Amino acid sequence: MAELNINLDIVKECRTFAHIIANDVQQMIDCHTTVAVERAILRILGVDGVDQYGVPLPNVLVTHIEEKGLLGKGILWFLGNAMLETHRSINEIADLVSKGMLDLSQVKEHTKEAVTRVLEPIIRSQLDFIKTNVAKRNEFYTKFGKPKSPELYVIVATGNIYEDVIQAKAAARQGADIIAIIRSTGQSLLDYVPYGATTEGFGGTYATQENFKIMRSALDEVSNECGRYIKLVNYASGLCMPEIASMGALERLDMMLNDSLYGILFRDINMKRTFIDQYFSRTINAYADIIINTGEDNYLTTADAIEEAHTVVASQFINEQFALLANLKEELQGLGHAFEINPQIKNGFLYELASAQLSRQLFPKSPLKYMPPTKFMTGNIFKGQVQNALFNVASTLTNQQIHLLGMMTEAIHTPFMSDRGHAIANAKYVFQTMQDLSSEISYKQGGMIETRANQVLLEAHSLLKRISEIGLFHALEQGMFANVKRKPTQGKGLDHVHAKMDGYMNLVLDMMKEELKGGKTYE
Amino acid sequence: MSKVNFKRIVPYGDTLDDGKVQISFTLPVKADEQGIACAKEIAKKMNITSPEVVHQEALDQDFSYYIVYGSLFSGVDYTSIKVDKVTSTAMSMYEIEEYIETQIGRNIVVVGASTGTDAHTVGIDAIMNMKGLAGNYGLERYKGITAYNLGSQVENEAFIKFAKEVKADVLLVSQTVTQKDVHVKNLTNLIELLDAEHMRQDCLVIVGGPRISNELAKELGFDAGFGVGKYAQDVASFFVVELAKKIKEEA
Repeated sequence: MAELNINLDIVKECRTFAHIIANDVQQMIDCHTTVAVERAILRILGVDGVDQYGVPLPNVLVTHIEEKGLLGKGILWFLGNAMLETHRSINEIADLVSKGMLDLSQVKEHTKEAVTRVLEPIIRSQLDFIKTNVAKRNEFYTKFGKPKSPELYVIVATGNIYEDVIQAKAAARQGADIIAIIRSTGQSLLDYVPYGATTEGFGGTYATQENFKIMRSALDEVSNECGRYIKLVNYASGLCMPEIASMGALERLDMMLNDSLYGILFRDINMKRTFIDQYFSRTINAYADIIINTGEDNYLTTADAIEEAHTVVASQFINEQFALLANLKEELQGLGHAFEINPQIKNGFLYELASAQLSRQLFPKSPLKYMPPTKFMTGNIFKGQVQNALFNVASTLTNQQIHLLGMMTEAIHTPFMSDRGHAIANAKYVFQTMQDLSSEISYKQGGMIETRANQVLLEAHSLLKRISEIGLFHALEQGMFANVKRKPTQGKGLDHVHAKMDGYMNLVLDMMKEELKGGKTYE
Repeated sequence: MSKVNFKRIVPYGDTLDDGKVQISFTLPVKADEQGIACAKEIAKKMNITSPEVVHQEALDQDFSYYIVYGSLFSGVDYTSIKVDKVTSTAMSMYEIEEYIETQIGRNIVVVGASTGTDAHTVGIDAIMNMKGLAGNYGLERYKGITAYNLGSQVENEAFIKFAKEVKADVLLVSQTVTQKDVHVKNLTNLIELLDAEHMRQDCLVIVGGPRISNELAKELGFDAGFGVGKYAQDVASFFVVELAKKIKEEA
């Protein structure tokens, strides 16, 4: 592949700064928990269903403890003690609490060792179940081989899970490798996960565990039919980040949008809340071998793609460090970037190549997520098809892996079946006809592309340096990303952040972490 | 050369009155001869004369895609068409600034947001942000305008509360997602809430978005609606004039 000469000393320093930035936030993360983290633990343990008012049981249990001001001890502490006292299963206990027949805060407390002893085998068996999902996915790869890159990623967004199945299967047969089910607009701001199969959503379909299951089974069917493993994507980002990550682990999703910065900037979610949530959700994704997608591409929809290209790179470095702190390896880090330069700019395509190639070289093991043009898509579908073709060229020349297909009807409606068909045909044509082009050419030394890439890198370096001095929270207050300003004391979800109390327990995290670090394997 | 008959306008391919149109659609049937015949019949139902299916392809086992050309000869009387457009003529940023200074004589407070569950910010950002879009500066840059951009997914209640606090003169609402008419419900709700708060008369309320027309906006109780291709100066030209009128009436 053609490569650019970039200053590797600068790259190294960027990583050092990013590590300082992420580590600083990690100190805050380590001494807090949130309602979403505690609900995620319950979901991993198999707590599912709703009470008589339709409230999900994980919410019932967590709110029950939160209202008593005790969530800082962790839901597992109360659950473990209740099991020791009542000799009932977790789901039986959840049922009793939901009916007001059991007050978990009044249960006699046992020793930490005893609580751990009763919980450990249950958690172990749930974690083993997640590992069988990983094994199943790997079996598909053994059978059908690893996917070729760039992989074609399309979205489905009908609002009705059963209609989604029809669209997703058609897309897979047309050649899509990755199917993302877009969530109903607004779900990221719900502080609970809806329950059951759903048929009504706006601009997308609710992420529920049942919907995940329905789609996974449909895609397994079409995978076998096409002789290709079709990956399923959904969104963790939002107020239920770790909870939806748990559902993804249990239902064998393959990829999840997982980015706090996106929630902070574009959904006004409180930064403390979502960084705490992100850490646990990324650990869960890592454990389930799920690729994360980060949202840097979105910065360029509000800020200028030429002036702010370096903010994308800086954020990629920070996201990489947050992922590593959660033991999520580089191979699972689908860092985001985008093709969003104004088509009227002279040599705009060269700048796109510079950015795409720079990201590729900075994160060589990462399956980068490359987003198509959206901001400058108009109602002119014919021009749109050309813009998307150029994006496809940039992607194949710079060897991107997760290639989100541009829809020529981007600014008009959620994709029709035919829009997806055109997009897939467009990409396949470009990828085939240019398959080995990148290994046949080289970038001109000191040329426009190389100069631009190094300039973006230098700007990212100075931005990271500044952030490492003032801290990420202050940087966000000053609007350093996407020109959006956010305060640590504002935003959605802050009310449900709790400082950990003495004896706080999150055995699920501990066990996942030890295993991911290659320590005690619990087997 | 023949002259255009404005009483009977038909589409133009390469010759006046040839009526040529291109149509594309998907049918939930197999891609075969019967599908092609069906696509032709569909075109005839659209009043297309001599439809030609120039392309057919399978999108899935039971779905096929068609591109059809044909002629449409049932003309439309162009002269009788009335369009409800926002009638203010667009001024430039500098003209608007001067208008505010001379005709209004005080700062105008504008609050904008993408409301309800709508997560899209490109539209409201293009109108509000300093930088604007495609060389058209946003309202934040205008002298004489204090602009607040609340971003996306702002609840109508929170939007109104903020507007009250800053004594807004103009409310700008952006709506992008229109699937199943979710925007209509949300926009109706906003007007109802403003009425309930007795605020509807205090400010101009304007909606914008790719699927928004002035007609729809007025129907829903807004002062105006702006669609595709409108920039800050188009919107501002409208509201400064309306505001000046309002202030005069109240005086």
